[in-house]
Amino acid sequence: MSDKIRKIEGITKESTQAMIDDALAAYPDKAKKKRAPHLAPNDAASGCASVKSNKKTVPGVMSARGCAYAGAKGVVWGPIRDMVHVSHGPVGCGWYSWGTRRNLMTGINGVTQFGMQFTSDFQEKDIVYGGDKKLKVLLEEAKGLFPLAKGISVLSECPVGLIGDDINSVAKQSSKDLDIPIIPCNCEGFRGVSQSLGHHISNDTIRDYIIGTREFAEPESPYDIALIGDYNIGGDVWSAKPLLEEIGLNVKAVWTGDGELEKIAATHKVKLNLIHCYRSMNYMCKVMEEKYGIPWHEFNFFGPTKIKESLRAIGALFDQTIQDKVEAVIAKYDPIMQAIIDEYKPRLDGKKVMLLVGGLRPRHTIGAYEDLGMDCVGSGYEFAHNDDYDRTAPEMPDATVVYDDPSEYEFEKFAHTLKPDLIGSGIKEKYVFQKLGIPFRQMHSWDYSGPYHGYNGFETFARDVDMAINSPTWKLVKAPF
Amino acid sequence: MSNLLELEVKKIVETPPEEVERVKNWINSEEYKEKNFARQALVINPAHACQPLGAQLAAHGFEGTLPFVHGSQGCASYYRSTLNRHFREPAPAVSDAMSEDSAVFGGQNNLHEGLENAVALYKPKMIAVFTSCMPEVIGDDLTAFIKNARQKGHIPKDLPVPYANTPSFNGTHIHGYDSMLLSILQNLTEGKQIEGRCTGKLNLIPGCDFNTGDYREYRRILKAFGVPYTILADIGDTFDSPCDGSYQMYAGGTKLEDAADSINGKATIAIGPYATPKSFGWVKDNYSGRHVSLSMPIGIEKTDALIMKIAELFGKEVPASLKNERGRAVDAMTDSHQYMHGKKFALYGDPDYLTGYVSFLLELGARPHHILCSRGSKKLEKELQALLDGSMYGKDCTIYMNKDLWHLRSLVMTDPVDGIIGDTHGKFAARDAKVPLFRFGFPVFDRVNKHRYPIIGYQGVVNMVTEICNKFIDIKDETCEDRFFEMMR
Repeated sequence: MSDKIRKIEGITKESTQAMIDDALAAYPDKAKKKRAPHLAPNDAASGCASVKSNKKTVPGVMSARGCAYAGAKGVVWGPIRDMVHVSHGPVGCGWYSWGTRRNLMTGINGVTQFGMQFTSDFQEKDIVYGGDKKLKVLLEEAKGLFPLAKGISVLSECPVGLIGDDINSVAKQSSKDLDIPIIPCNCEGFRGVSQSLGHHISNDTIRDYIIGTREFAEPESPYDIALIGDYNIGGDVWSAKPLLEEIGLNVKAVWTGDGELEKIAATHKVKLNLIHCYRSMNYMCKVMEEKYGIPWHEFNFFGPTKIKESLRAIGALFDQTIQDKVEAVIAKYDPIMQAIIDEYKPRLDGKKVMLLVGGLRPRHTIGAYEDLGMDCVGSGYEFAHNDDYDRTAPEMPDATVVYDDPSEYEFEKFAHTLKPDLIGSGIKEKYVFQKLGIPFRQMHSWDYSGPYHGYNGFETFARDVDMAINSPTWKLVKAPF
Repeated sequence: MSNLLELEVKKIVETPPEEVERVKNWINSEEYKEKNFARQALVINPAHACQPLGAQLAAHGFEGTLPFVHGSQGCASYYRSTLNRHFREPAPAVSDAMSEDSAVFGGQNNLHEGLENAVALYKPKMIAVFTSCMPEVIGDDLTAFIKNARQKGHIPKDLPVPYANTPSFNGTHIHGYDSMLLSILQNLTEGKQIEGRCTGKLNLIPGCDFNTGDYREYRRILKAFGVPYTILADIGDTFDSPCDGSYQMYAGGTKLEDAADSINGKATIAIGPYATPKSFGWVKDNYSGRHVSLSMPIGIEKTDALIMKIAELFGKEVPASLKNERGRAVDAMTDSHQYMHGKKFALYGDPDYLTGYVSFLLELGARPHHILCSRGSKKLEKELQALLDGSMYGKDCTIYMNKDLWHLRSLVMTDPVDGIIGDTHGKFAARDAKVPLFRFGFPVFDRVNKHRYPIIGYQGVVNMVTEICNKFIDIKDETCEDRFFEMMR
């Protein structure tokens, strides 16, 4: 959390509110009333959320949000590498989410790692007669064809919940018959208001079916931790995990990027949970705290300032051995980071960035931009809750615009007024802004780059931000004739 | 609240490396292939998406048209991002964000509110409504809902709102394309047929084609003929708009008035008999003029068929420029046939692409070896077999209907090929088989600008031959022994 309140020249509470009012003017009354509480100037001093969140999306406005299934398949369960993840229902949902999140995996595809698309490919008759029998058969087939899979998740798509299938009892029986954990996850896309409920439901299934069912083979140590809420986008875990190991910690499990089911199941034996994406996995951190007495701690591995702060805060939870290692690591990387900043900051200083991402990065990446001399002039989330916005308020400059689940219309309006030098958001937004000549980076997928986590990640991040903003291609957008 | 599966608590055991090695080899074996082909329920790596995706594509082919998903909001995000990734272009569409309460009360309120908001914010000239799973399962009545929307003033009286039922548990994206196109044509042409009127135009229905270059190529061919035309539906500019500092939300598409007047056309050619059977059937019954269905013009013969048909329908000579173009394409083939002759290919994709690929390969003396369609029909199988039977290079080829890309992997691992033609999703099988994947269909997520290069027409032949042959030459250069590495190829 930053201690000083920052201001951006030309941005006041009044100017931001006027911009919001202008964006709302086009809405019919009912929609305007619904959207207004989700848009506000940041009140940095309060340290509290200035907007409402986690409410139903207004129909017809072009939201960027996904669904509960997306949160379960794409975010929580999907990245576990040694499981077969079955998209249970019609073919589309699994097809669209197949390989599109960039949660990279080690292992051999189809042998020890299953970054593939498994689906029950529901047809009309499955809707009419139910899909439970088909599910039972396909679970047998999956076990037979992929004998080294450590488990199977069954991720329900919309029709499954609507036709009243009982995947829970099929999973339970088949688990016994096949001697493999089969986790039913009732994450139908119509549930809740966004991906977020899918995260919660998935956390609950880990709680109900998995946690506590395995134990680590090695003896315990006081430095055993789990890395929670890192999904290995573009290899983030492969940057974050070695850094935690460098300060002397044993990373016993990763949730869930490049994750392994049995290690996740044994996480109740660690001494501390370190959580990066609070939004998607705070639930299980709280469960493990209550049930097993494991404390948890939020950290931020974007950009050297936040990394340094985070490493020291983590060190403070351990003994002097770790603290000494933390200082040694910081001393080792400080000059390397300074060299990166020296290279890129002169070209990026004072540039403005707007963010719209999922549930963490709209606040967590702000420090990394600031390390490069940039200012965040607007930020918002697709599916954050009130506690996320509380955490966001102190990170953003005062009076800058905060938007919750903005429509494309609002986002474009704000960008038009604020004229940012860079927008960090998703694939659905990318080409809109690039047509306008505004540099853009996808901040869900790292735009096919990465990793961005940890010290290694910052070098890539800085290079990518520089390349986006200073690409000579932007100079060609306006024709000379 | 935990261990609901009543699992025994065990120590973590790592899989022994020799077991990993055993399974790694096993999945490449004949034995595994048999087991894999015995699957009844599990689908792994399917080569098709669901209906609403195709419906959205069709909607984007009309001027000022906002695609509108009646269903869960996540569906719309999936369709949009898929199109974004393939075209690297915006794909604006809205949903009415149905949720749990809609499951109980139906989706009418969401639809009405959504239509009103979409009209206010995005000022469309037409809204094309299509459904995802939820309203289909609960049985929403779109006809009544949209009628009510108009009566209650949620949409302007004169705004066309065609709608299609596109359940994801039936068919694939091409069927959704067909249903949406049919609904749009029915809506726009209603009451527009004028006795005795003829626009003099050709209506060209290109089918569910995700290559913007193909649309430009059709236009270029028709311009060369001097034949006036209306493309139903034309996504060629929608998904290939200029980067000039402005964002046009509706960047392209067929003019609504042209689409409306298409019912008075001189002739209609529907490309791809598998992509638009419903639309074409309806057009045949209702449109003026002559109606012809042709294969996708991939390869020389199938392009010739299109060119001759246009000439015949409009009583024109084939223009000299196209004759020369054909000659150049054939020149490209004769010059490079040696790099493809006898090479074996595995192919997968949508039916209309497949008939084209097979025809093209046989013309070059290349051998289609495995042909796989993850949603095919007996009719398609017969057509493909007839193509194969017509050439000595079609021997020893097997057609697999309703199989997926995990089946394909077994095929290419046990009965190897030199290359695979398909979309991005085949890249894992291609890597395991150590052969190149030639990306020509949809989607292509991992190469740039592919959708700008036509694969139809004579120019398409040049593009495909060039890409395939040069890749084989690259492989030779990269892998041959030093003593065989030489200046010329």
